[in-house]
Amino acid sequence: MSSEQETANEKGFPPSSRLVLTLALIAMMSGITVVFAYEVTRDPIARNHSERLVERTIFEALPDAETHGLFRLDDDGIEQLSDTEVDDANLYAGYDEDGNLVGVALEGASQGYEDVVRVMYGYSPDDQEIIGLTVMESSETPGLGDEISSDSFQEQFADLDVPLTSDMSELDQEISVVDAGSDTGTAEIEAISGATVSTQAVADGIQESASKYLPLVMQHLDEIKEGAN
Amino acid sequence: MAGGDKTKEPITFDTLKTGVWRENPVFSMLLGLCPALAVSNTALNSLAMGLASTFVLLASSLLVSVLRNLIPKEVRIPSFIVIIATFVTVTDYTIQAISLDLYNELGVFIQLIVVNCMIMGRCEAYASKNRIGKTLVNSLGMGAGFTLALFMIGTIREILGFGTFFGISLFGTGFQPWSVFILPPGAFFVVGLWLAIIGGIEHRKSVRLKAAEAGTSAKERAHAA
Repeated sequence: MSSEQETANEKGFPPSSRLVLTLALIAMMSGITVVFAYEVTRDPIARNHSERLVERTIFEALPDAETHGLFRLDDDGIEQLSDTEVDDANLYAGYDEDGNLVGVALEGASQGYEDVVRVMYGYSPDDQEIIGLTVMESSETPGLGDEISSDSFQEQFADLDVPLTSDMSELDQEISVVDAGSDTGTAEIEAISGATVSTQAVADGIQESASKYLPLVMQHLDEIKEGAN
Repeated sequence: MAGGDKTKEPITFDTLKTGVWRENPVFSMLLGLCPALAVSNTALNSLAMGLASTFVLLASSLLVSVLRNLIPKEVRIPSFIVIIATFVTVTDYTIQAISLDLYNELGVFIQLIVVNCMIMGRCEAYASKNRIGKTLVNSLGMGAGFTLALFMIGTIREILGFGTFFGISLFGTGFQPWSVFILPPGAFFVVGLWLAIIGGIEHRKSVRLKAAEAGTSAKERAHAA
């Protein structure tokens, strides 16, 4: 070490400008490299994300579906989309082997205990019931709130009646949360004990989305049923 | 810190081999243990982690070696960190583009390559003092050693913990997986096991070497007499 210190003293400390310049140049090179890598990988990453969304999430919400169709549904009408436009879709239809509609998957989001909880639920228009649920995004407390991702909680969404009124214009009953351990009836979700807020978030997310979109789904049901090709 | 004449030494096979065996990052220097313990639960994950780290190591030591005479030593550490972080980001994007499943399995440990002391250590102790070619060969050896070590840990953990190898079932349905091996404590057991085996081999080697030396010197003495 001593010999090195001597040489450092002989040479003297390099001027700050050189240090700053070196770091600035390296940072600039770094920036260019990162931007380049980002540009090159952006499309493949986006494609992976949409494939994952379709393959995993939609089929989890619609367990019996074999193929899918993507739609954009709003007050103005319905439009069928191709797989590359998955980012614009808000309604995902699942069909069985024979092309019959199994159900539609819709996304619901609501504020949970920690952050927004996003769920995808499957709905069968023919039976007017929810047939599946999957949590897409949640940062709820491990061990309590994150139980919304557990099988024991999601079981109750395998056939949860959510009927619409006879003219199909709105939900017959609001989706509500009942205490853990009590019997559930129509449109009632049993809370996870210790995680009422997270359960409520799931219920609110479904309620908001269902009340807005389910009447529209019913209006355009024929177009959705024909979507299997 | 020795510096100096090291640059003139030629590239030998030993430059490559040293990282694989004698100075193996995981089994000899115990560097980079964080990813070695955390994401070595399957053979595939450990292989991917090893290759990702090797890429970052190669690219950053190459750049450090190219710039070694331009970077003042007062700012070398921040420079190295920026360089390493750049390639980690590139790796991060690339893995996301290749497979999201793999990306989720490796999780935060891809970003954490940036603080892998094996890479920082190579930049500081080797790349900043050696010629480009030699640095590349040495880093390749170190990366191979790291990948091999992770693979050795991952294979054992996957076979015992899942009963599979690269996802292929080995024992049929009757096998009861030894779950502790896919959990973090299992990683410590496996690393310890390999350290014991490799330590044992090295110990025997040195004993044999000593015995051979003693033998030759005895022979020489006898010859002289």
